[in-house]
Amino acid sequence: MRGSFQTRTIKWSMHYGVLLVYVAVALFPLYWLVKVSITPDDILYKQGTDLLPSKLSFEHYATVIGKSDFLLFFRNSIIVSGITAIASTILAMASGYAFSRFAFKGKFWIVGLMLVTQMFPLVIVITPIFSIFGTLGLTNSLTGLIIIYTAFNIPFATFLMQSFFDGIPKDLEEAAMIDGATRFKAFVQIIAPLTLPGIVATAGFCFTGAWGEILFALLLNSSASASTFPVGLLLYSTRATIEYGPMMAAGVLALIPVCIFFFLIQRYLVQGLTAGAVKG
Amino acid sequence: MASIAINGVRKDYGAVPVLKGVDLAIDSGEFVVLVGPSGCGKSTLLRIIAGLEDLSAGEIRIGDMRVNELAPRDRDIAMVFQSYALYPHMSVRDNMSYSLKLKRTPAERIAEAVKRAGDKLGLEALQDRKPRALSGGQRQRVAMGRAIVRNPKAFLFDEPLSNLDARLREQMRFEIRKLHRDIGATSVYVTHDQIEAMTMSDRIVAMNGGIIQQVGAPLELYDNPANIFVAGFIGSPAMNFIKARAVREDNRIALYVGATKLLGMPAPDRLPDNGEVIAGVRPERIGLLPSSEAGVAATVELVEPTGVATVVHADIAGQQLKLFTTERLQLDVHQPVSLTIRPADVCLFDPISGERLRVPR
Amino acid sequence: MTVSYPTAGARRRLAALEPYLYSAPALLLITVTTLVPIVIGISYAFRNVMLLDPTSGGFVGLDNFRDLMRDGSFWGALKNTVTWTVSCVAFQFFFGLILALLLNRPFPGRSIIQPIVFLPWAIPTFLIGMNWSWLFNPAIGPLPHWAYALGLMSAPDNILSDPQHALLGPIIASIWWGTPFFAITMLAALQAIPSEIYEAAEIDGAGSLERFRSITLPFLAPTMVVTVMLRTIWIANSSELIVVMTKGGPADSSQIVASYVFTQAYQGLNFGYASAIATALVVLLLIYALLLMSIRQMMLSSR
Ligand SMILES: Nc1ncnc2c1ncn2[C@@H]1O[C@H](COP(=O)(O)OP(=O)(O)OP(=O)(O)O)[C@@H](O)[C@H]1O
Ligand SMILES: [Mg+2]
Repeated sequence: MRGSFQTRTIKWSMHYGVLLVYVAVALFPLYWLVKVSITPDDILYKQGTDLLPSKLSFEHYATVIGKSDFLLFFRNSIIVSGITAIASTILAMASGYAFSRFAFKGKFWIVGLMLVTQMFPLVIVITPIFSIFGTLGLTNSLTGLIIIYTAFNIPFATFLMQSFFDGIPKDLEEAAMIDGATRFKAFVQIIAPLTLPGIVATAGFCFTGAWGEILFALLLNSSASASTFPVGLLLYSTRATIEYGPMMAAGVLALIPVCIFFFLIQRYLVQGLTAGAVKG
Repeated sequence: MASIAINGVRKDYGAVPVLKGVDLAIDSGEFVVLVGPSGCGKSTLLRIIAGLEDLSAGEIRIGDMRVNELAPRDRDIAMVFQSYALYPHMSVRDNMSYSLKLKRTPAERIAEAVKRAGDKLGLEALQDRKPRALSGGQRQRVAMGRAIVRNPKAFLFDEPLSNLDARLREQMRFEIRKLHRDIGATSVYVTHDQIEAMTMSDRIVAMNGGIIQQVGAPLELYDNPANIFVAGFIGSPAMNFIKARAVREDNRIALYVGATKLLGMPAPDRLPDNGEVIAGVRPERIGLLPSSEAGVAATVELVEPTGVATVVHADIAGQQLKLFTTERLQLDVHQPVSLTIRPADVCLFDPISGERLRVPR
Repeated sequence: MTVSYPTAGARRRLAALEPYLYSAPALLLITVTTLVPIVIGISYAFRNVMLLDPTSGGFVGLDNFRDLMRDGSFWGALKNTVTWTVSCVAFQFFFGLILALLLNRPFPGRSIIQPIVFLPWAIPTFLIGMNWSWLFNPAIGPLPHWAYALGLMSAPDNILSDPQHALLGPIIASIWWGTPFFAITMLAALQAIPSEIYEAAEIDGAGSLERFRSITLPFLAPTMVVTVMLRTIWIANSSELIVVMTKGGPADSSQIVASYVFTQAYQGLNFGYASAIATALVVLLLIYALLLMSIRQMMLSSR
């Protein structure tokens, strides 16, 4: 019994109605960011709270791109996030594969260890890391950031990859091993291509995480040449007069890569996330 | 092509024994079927031969070589999985050539081998398709093709037909058999379907509970089962088992069901002290006469015409049995009939151990 | 003929090592850059470590923890941590569950709506913090004016500079950001429920509320518990939104323990004390996690 046409219509309009509220709430802050970034300075405060500005201008974007270190920060962020995503995904693939396919001594403790590292507030480790990295010459360098981001991404990325590997039947690599492949070859040639969506999702997740990280970026790297985007953005707000327009324009630009990534990966996240995040 | 020897193989998962000491010698070129109920350890044994599973004790030899320590890839065997395990991202051609590529076979030799295997299995037109674009039967063929291109020492099959419908299964049964005749490769074939076991094998290995129950040619197992498990597992409809009492008369015995005398027959070499035995008779060996003439009195309980034959369920002194007749008899439910059983067609079993009680010839 | 394989034993040993080889690079990296610093960091809690003071660093035993007991700001921050964590997790969970239920069945437009409602989760936290501070700022943001128009506020002021309500700002931002995470996890769990179970229940005459109560909830419960636990720990630990939006102020009124650690370390430059606070927080969280896990165990075994 499915109920009458009328109750069904009511049910579906409620369904869409509630979802529309979600959509509006999700998009409104982002809309505001874009709106302020394209409002010219002279009406920014006068019409500060209007839903639509009476004039549009891209002057803030010109300021950000032309008259600041923005492009340098952007380049740094791309390098750091890109390499972090690649490195943590490769390492997480290897360890996730081990968790998925082998029962081995110490597995329980290794998994536990990975979970525990997620429990500590980052602040507690920054000072020790700062002194370790200082002696290694890794402060004020993009390499240092890449290493630290990779390490912090690995636990979750490993669980994510493990859940994707769990979805691939063991038969496949057994068939490959009988066909004459070593396990490693079977992993690279058979299993990895089949988990491609999972690999993309994991890489996207790591990229997003590294893209927005600010604590390490701020405290490990003080020189502008090794600063990432979040630090650059923060610089705007610590100046004597806050220039909201350019700051928001920079914010919008910062959002573009993560939004693109997110639209690509969100479908796979639903497939992989619970298992990965929750199994532990 | 090579022989396979399984010597004293045991396998435990933790404290649970799954194989409890298996010995088996398979000749070069032989087609051996491992049959048994679900969970009896057939797949485990096959995977141990393939090297996918470590064994807890014992030895596996392929040809003259002990292979316990060898990785699957070094054993030179091919395996067809129940799930087929085709590589989903590779075309049929690539699936079949993967093993040869790993061996660094020259490209033209690969192409030749793949073409030959494809022709044999009727895969010519499908070479460029991905597995997901194939029907179940076609996938099965590709899995077979992947195994035969390599020309391995032995083939291992793990229930390769169980995902096919009845008609296709019958056809593939025939084709695998034919392929074996052409290639003559040593094959170990796992199934829980006793019809497959009967029709395909040179020898059947009947397993139960991690122990080999009997090894022999199909008809030998059918006519001469070593115990009640084999007797009941092989044959469909299954053998009738009648709880009977044996009364000794010199070197003969008389079998009684309740107060009804079933038949007299030569005495087996031993009898349980209380005379309780189980008498096994195949349904097609029981004769049926419509009226209460000479023979054992019974009543009809149910009649199932299948076309080829009619299956009659009858009741003898409260015990059910099935029989088979190809004559089109007019039978009513509850009609009294009389049954004839020849002493030579009866197998006696010890009701406690399940072992066969042999009648000396 | 017996062929002896001199390498066979070695190969077996290598095979036994395989899982370790696969996980070694990840483990090594985590050990060096996370575990070792964590241990060092905890050791600070028992030492007197002041940045910029080279004579500091001596072992002081439990002094830092004794100070902690007497530190009114810490207790205030602990109270705020509970408020912050409970309200963030509760609302994220509630809104996330509703969203997941709405997205669970296919409907026209789902493939567009789903990525949009999940999008906030992808936005970098610090940017969320800044964005929401702008929204709360009456000079360029609409929220105070709307709240004033609705009669929720007596004047269109910035909530972030109101000692009574400053914590509300980061909480709202955190709910906006974290709801999709719960929705994604719940959605994945929902889609793992076999549909035959619903059909069977429907045939048995269960209404939709009854189906939710007797099928959906019990199936989701284990996922919920773990997700709630992981997120609670994460949210209790994450000070970014608060640091960016209020810096714990005004006058510590929106300070949580995690941001208090940050303040002590980078404004007070007292690393020993900061580590003691952080260690206390971790201990509290561990107790909480163990409690929740044993509840989950009980739920699983009673099913
Ligand atoms: N990894 C494992 N851990 C523990 N027990 C296992 C494992 N693999 C198999 N078993 C057990 O070993 C027994 C034999 O399994 P096996 O797969 O060999 O059965 P099978 O005869 O092939 O059955 P089927 O016809 O259902 O395939 C089963 O009882 C199974 O539960
Ligand atoms: Mg099996």
